[in-house]
Amino acid sequence: MSIDSIYVHKMWNDNELSKMVKGGIPFAMLSDAGGKVGEVYGIYDEDAGVETRGRFIIDPDGVIQGYEVLTPPVGRNVAESIRQIQAFQVVRASKGTEATPSGWKPGKKTLKPNPDMVGNVWKEWKTEMAFD
Amino acid sequence: MAEEINAGCARPTGGPVGEPAPKPTPEKENIIKEVMSMIKVGKKAPDFTAPAYHKGKFINVKLSEYLGKWVVLCFYPGDFTFV
Repeated sequence: MSIDSIYVHKMWNDNELSKMVKGGIPFAMLSDAGGKVGEVYGIYDEDAGVETRGRFIIDPDGVIQGYEVLTPPVGRNVAESIRQIQAFQVVRASKGTEATPSGWKPGKKTLKPNPDMVGNVWKEWKTEMAFD
Repeated sequence: MAEEINAGCARPTGGPVGEPAPKPTPEKENIIKEVMSMIKVGKKAPDFTAPAYHKGKFINVKLSEYLGKWVVLCFYPGDFTFV
């Protein structure tokens, strides 16, 4: 979503993005003239008149599970966004009984918090696991 | 003489020259603060509708129509802004 019109979105997709992504952008390119939606989401920069790089993960109940906002010159890490969605999906599927520790990615161990684990996480999770 | 503008990711903008625009009344500032605080993790995403371009068609998107699915909502400064 940006403040550009749907006509500019079409031009950008058809003339440039379709040369990067075969078949063009697969998802909807939303237009937010005047930044009204961006303002509600807290990412509209009134001084510049544009929206900053805000990214919101919204679950099937319509609840915001996470967000990230960057200033314009730095692009996002799509793989990290996907990892976060996978983690939220694991937590949701466990109905909140499992948690994904720092550095978790699919295939790695989750934690099942319980009273006995208090003060004993060090036995289950090592610092290196945040980086591997 | 018109000054040349460098192309960058921060979209070039202009504005009125001369006397500054009147400041918003305190009442308006309060409203903005209230709206800003609507965004919190663990809280509902504010619903909206927006026109969109999708695979050759112009459509109208409503966030609440995606209930039951995971949604990634991305904002960006503008089309053709490099990053």
